Amino acid sequence: MLHTFVAYVEDRPGVLTRVASLFRRLNININSLTVGRSERPGLSRLTLVCEASAEAVHRIRASLFKLENVVDVDDIAQAPSVTRELALIKVAASPRNRAQIFDLAEVFRARIVDLTSESLIIEMTGVESKIEGLIEILREDDGRILEICRSGKMTMRRGHHVSSVVRAMGVAEAAVEEDESAVEGAADEVQ
Amino acid sequence: MGHKGNANTKANANASNGSITAPNATAPSASASGSHTHLTPPAKLTGAEIIWATLVGEGVDTVFGYPGGTILPAYDALRKFPVRHILVRHEQGAAHMADGYSRASGKVGVAIATSGPGSTNLVTGIATAMLDSIPIVCITANVSSKLLGTDAFQEVDITGITLPVTKHNFLVNRAEDIAPTLRHAFQIARSGRPGPVLVDITKDAEQATTEFDFEAAKPRPYRPHPMLHVDDLGLAQAAELIRNSKRPVILAGHGVMESGAMEQVRTLAERAQIPVGLTLLGLGGFPASHPLCLGMMGMHGESWVNSAIQDADLLIACGMRFDDRVTGKLAEYALKAKKIHIEVDPSEINKNVKVDVALVGDLREVLDQLLPRISGRDGSTWLKSIEAKKGAVAVHDIKNLPDSGHLYAAHVIHDLWRMTGGNAIVVTDVGQHQMWEAQYFRHEQPRTLITSGGLGTMGFALPAAIGAKVACPEKEVWVVVGDGGFQMTAAELATIVQEKIKINIAVINNGYLGMVRQWQEFFYERNYEATPLVSPDFVKLADAHGIPGRAVRKRSEVEEAVNAARSATGAYLLNFMVEKEDSVYPMIPAGSALHEMIRRPEKDPLEERADDK
Repeated sequence: MLHTFVAYVEDRPGVLTRVASLFRRLNININSLTVGRSERPGLSRLTLVCEASAEAVHRIRASLFKLENVVDVDDIAQAPSVTRELALIKVAASPRNRAQIFDLAEVFRARIVDLTSESLIIEMTGVESKIEGLIEILREDDGRILEICRSGKMTMRRGHHVSSVVRAMGVAEAAVEEDESAVEGAADEVQ
Repeated sequence: MGHKGNANTKANANASNGSITAPNATAPSASASGSHTHLTPPAKLTGAEIIWATLVGEGVDTVFGYPGGTILPAYDALRKFPVRHILVRHEQGAAHMADGYSRASGKVGVAIATSGPGSTNLVTGIATAMLDSIPIVCITANVSSKLLGTDAFQEVDITGITLPVTKHNFLVNRAEDIAPTLRHAFQIARSGRPGPVLVDITKDAEQATTEFDFEAAKPRPYRPHPMLHVDDLGLAQAAELIRNSKRPVILAGHGVMESGAMEQVRTLAERAQIPVGLTLLGLGGFPASHPLCLGMMGMHGESWVNSAIQDADLLIACGMRFDDRVTGKLAEYALKAKKIHIEVDPSEINKNVKVDVALVGDLREVLDQLLPRISGRDGSTWLKSIEAKKGAVAVHDIKNLPDSGHLYAAHVIHDLWRMTGGNAIVVTDVGQHQMWEAQYFRHEQPRTLITSGGLGTMGFALPAAIGAKVACPEKEVWVVVGDGGFQMTAAELATIVQEKIKINIAVINNGYLGMVRQWQEFFYERNYEATPLVSPDFVKLADAHGIPGRAVRKRSEVEEAVNAARSATGAYLLNFMVEKEDSVYPMIPAGSALHEMIRRPEKDPLEERADDK
């Protein structure tokens, strides 16, 4: 089954190799991996999606924590969360058929971010299935899609900070107001 | 770890006024711990000097290494510091020596190598330490930072190469980062579940000059693994399982020694009358002579240990990881038993064996919390049934049999145990002799058996023994090694002579790669492909190094030979010409269940039986 890990890692050379190497050793393919700066200076946040058995998840999380540069790991599992992916799609479009693509973009609430006489770029944000949907429609016309660039999934739990993340960051526990979803999240972690 | 005040102030002072003389480079005993003077204000040192000053500050007085182009600045600065450098003959030896040093003393061992081949030669030794959770710090030099990644002479991506076999590694290319990185490396190596750390330092970082402040280079406080978890519920469940069990067994592993929980395990065993089975690396963690000690479990474990595990209704795993050599076929492993797993590494929980109660934390701390909940229980019925099985096996024990004129490795090792009274550190290589050592040398004290368990590295014994002897000069050290493994690192004989190291070497020579031959005999229709082994005359080889020795062909000669070795002032080699086609029994074939044991066959021509006399 698909699993989504969210991790805070030190922003320094080689860290991504260490994370990726852990999955390589287990012969697990990484479906998507998104990394960028986080709200904390010096820490990057990554979202990693992979196919793994339920039993492997505990060990992967524990093994990620063993990496010296990994500060926190969250297994999103089935917890309420917001997941988004960004896609840039370059399509062949002449002045004659542009209007049709504009309409499509409108339906999918995507934006046109570049426009030339032969092509245009569609920018779209959404859940994976929505992006797949747009791509499918665009593919109906052979040879129309010139390039696709997808960011991979980014995931964030709904509600307040997960307490373990806050703890790992050294914020006083008192400052944490655990609302229902955070409690739910903690319960997930115990499993 | 109590080393904070030991930074080498003398070196600092010397370096700052520019007139540097060696404090005492030729006196290896000059130890950093002797200089407890407080720190001088930060001094300007080269990166090369900072390497040594930081090591001294961390309490290091001995390193094992081999010089070369990129590490030369460090070697040039060595004379200013009270560190004994042991020149090895191959960098693999340096890593094994650091490893043996650590296993014997509990301290962090340090190996040093140059870039390129120097660093790649360390890899087997690093992996050996990784698989057995041994804290070592390996320092390698690399080419100057502007040449990194250009395939410059003797440049290799050693941090990339060692990434999967180190607990962590670092690439340092600024002199300012050397002290903090090295201190961090020591912290990582010895904290939590220990392991090897490699620090790769570029030549320009060694040559640059910067301020050195040992105290300021202190690493951030150690952060325990966030998934450690010991709570009242778990402790109560564990205590209840123990209270209600009829047939419990404690499985004691290497973690007993790593966490220093020997007393706690013993208290648990004695109070609740629970027998204790040991892993290979756990030997010594619980006294072999203790009435509750069952001996080694697993592939070549005693039959009563393995059958106790298969019959048990409760396993209490203490600092062990259910390795495949211990469990055999997982689908049939201890099916009747509930399992309690006390372990410091959360990634080991439910990895191979699903457990009922996991207490994830330092073994000693967990047992300290658990013991108040454990009350006395009567284990006599269970203990008696195990004892009965022991009795049935004893007749077939080779060591109880009369001298038939054959020399068996088991006899040699049993005699070695008897004559040393068990008061020796035995360092083994890998193979049949290793298993016979585990079966016939009874270890009463922790850190008296040093062996490569996880990686099973042939060639480990001789260099690891050098490290052990350097760490514990007052201890008697025996190398027990096969004729195959001995030849993998025999070059270190010269190191022994150069460094005047008194160790005794017992080569168990059967003219085969014995364990592989045994597998060929059992599982490959005796097709002895590439296992017969022509070796040099090891006594002459030792002699060429100036090491005395003798060959032993009969059991009656063993005692005198061992005495000769023990009474020699320097190193001594005994070449035991043992039975060529003896096998280690019992044996559980890889992938079989613990009760599917191969016993010494009835009609084996090599077998001696009680009724032969």
